[in-house]
Amino acid sequence: MTAAIELRNISKSFGETQTLRDVSLSIRPGEFISLVGPSGCGKSTLLRILAGLAPQSGGTVSIDGAGVDHLPPSGRDIAMVFQSYALYPHMTVGQNIATPLRMRQLSAAARLPLVGRLWPGQSVSRARIGQAVAQAARLVEIEAMLDRKPAALSGGQRQRVALARAIVRRPRVFLMDEPLSNLDARLRVTMRAEIAALHRRLGATFVYVTHDQVEAMTMSDRVAVMMDGEIVQCAAPTQLYDNPRDLRVARFIGTPEIATISSDELIAANQGFAPILPRDPAIAAFRPESVSLAPAPEHLQLPATLERVEQLGHEILVFLRLAGGARLTARAVAGQVPISPAGQRLDLWLPRRTPMLFDASGARMDKAPQHELAHAG
Amino acid sequence: MPADLSLHAPKAQPGRLGAVLPPRIAYGLAAPAVLLLVATVIAPILVMIALSFTDYRFGEAGLRWTGLGNYLQLLDDRTFKRALWNTFAYVAMVAPASVLLGLFLAVLIDALDRGQRFYRLVFFLPVTATLVAMAMVWKYLLHGTIGPFNLMLQSLGLPSLDVFGDRDLALAGLAAINVWSLAGFNMVLFSAGLTGVPQDLYDAAAMDGMDSRLDRFLNVTLPLLGPTTLFAVVTSTITAFKVFDTVAVVTRGGPRGSTDVLLYTTYLEGFSYFRMGSAAAMTVVFLAIMMVFAWIQARVLDRKVHY
Repeated sequence: MTAAIELRNISKSFGETQTLRDVSLSIRPGEFISLVGPSGCGKSTLLRILAGLAPQSGGTVSIDGAGVDHLPPSGRDIAMVFQSYALYPHMTVGQNIATPLRMRQLSAAARLPLVGRLWPGQSVSRARIGQAVAQAARLVEIEAMLDRKPAALSGGQRQRVALARAIVRRPRVFLMDEPLSNLDARLRVTMRAEIAALHRRLGATFVYVTHDQVEAMTMSDRVAVMMDGEIVQCAAPTQLYDNPRDLRVARFIGTPEIATISSDELIAANQGFAPILPRDPAIAAFRPESVSLAPAPEHLQLPATLERVEQLGHEILVFLRLAGGARLTARAVAGQVPISPAGQRLDLWLPRRTPMLFDASGARMDKAPQHELAHAG
Repeated sequence: MPADLSLHAPKAQPGRLGAVLPPRIAYGLAAPAVLLLVATVIAPILVMIALSFTDYRFGEAGLRWTGLGNYLQLLDDRTFKRALWNTFAYVAMVAPASVLLGLFLAVLIDALDRGQRFYRLVFFLPVTATLVAMAMVWKYLLHGTIGPFNLMLQSLGLPSLDVFGDRDLALAGLAAINVWSLAGFNMVLFSAGLTGVPQDLYDAAAMDGMDSRLDRFLNVTLPLLGPTTLFAVVTSTITAFKVFDTVAVVTRGGPRGSTDVLLYTTYLEGFSYFRMGSAAAMTVVFLAIMMVFAWIQARVLDRKVHY
């Protein structure tokens, strides 16, 4: 019911433009892995290659150790959920869900429109398909809608139908291409939890494409961050957040965005940073929670001015600017920081220890990046 | 949503700038359009219906009321009944053939990697051509002795075929001309319909195991072209019913009445035999048939969701 996936040196070009460059990724059986990145980074293309909907220009795809490059999508034992849901508008919900089974278990003659039902010897198959459809519908709680057409359903219900159509065949691998991006924010949170629960229940391998880092972080065992046709880092969500290997990853993961300051500016603001920063110029990066607005032990004080404050209810975000022009964001509990007008002086404190450091090309330099799980197999 | 909104729409609709017009001005503004509609469409139809109850002859000063006489005569008129039958037979050939050929061409061209525009243009040309002129060309092509079609048959050692001289073939020959000129139009309709089928559905179909082109065509393309097909069938049927010019140019109803169709018979009755009264009755019958199709067409176009 579950399978490992191995992508080896996948590349894809459309004419002159290269969408994917030499992408390799090992996905473990039963893993929930997200491909996340800004639009145009090649994540959807990679998923389509994995599905067999688009041929790769180079490299191999194997599922459970067997190469599948020669197989059509239906031969790879995978199911896919599309961003647009791609439900057949002329079929009822029940017929939509039944389609993958109908195509595989009924003979060509029995599938003919109108006259197909008259073909002999299909009642057993049809009964079996009916049971499978009912079971899949129950799993996503749409049993009551089996006779309706997709046009009569809400976005969230259509999403469930698309999920049921994917589940009904019990494939080893599920591919999801931004399945939640057409839903409103509330429903997205609910469906997020439901898809994660579905993954636990089915135990199959899930490959989930999204541009939303929150979705990727909350649902996945591992997240592969893609930029410009490459996987920059593939690691567990906490690993990505705490220990990004590349400045682009550090910036992409986490809201508000990580703050970056050149080491020179940091030392100019407080000489105390000189001993803990490298002699060569570097870019230091600070997550909002490491920026403190009150004196703390083992912290270094920096003068700053207040730019603006964002109230989020349970917490507030304080946007600050250092004398040298660098911007920092602090996260604070609401009510603990007096709200002051913009432009006012407001000092901040940063921990007296080596922060995350990146070189000019964006590569991490303060410590050797941890051995990546992506290549462990 | 619009349905919900219309429930609460105010009864007196204010104008674009928010002012409510007094009825006097509103009717005044609508008057020119109403007058034009009455003068050019409604009045002629009413006059024609009135004439159908008289024995009016073209050019005569007087006329006599005959009641349903003209209609009763039509019931016994062998020429009219033959024309009616021929017209239905003609429509039964042209409508399905032109729709199927249009669908076939559209699907074929849609699958091309290059040259789509060229082929669409080529197959659309007959639609833009003058049918009368093209009918003359067809008459020459299929001519019993000098036509290239027959010369080709002869060179292959086959017996020659005088399409428009043969009672059993003439109507089918005319139908072929109309199919040729209508298929391009239907092709454009279907091409537009095909662009409305989302690519995602074909991707989903590939995942769901529709591996053969035929499976995808029967399960995705054809059902989604349903509304287009219905529209193409109705418009083709109406066009085929109105056949006149090819008959007038190529066969003049012959040989021996085998290509007499409704409009041509009506035309002869009114403008060759000058019996306007009975010609008007025939036109009313024709109009009634067209009304049925127009009603179907309006129903089809009204329905926004077709699947």
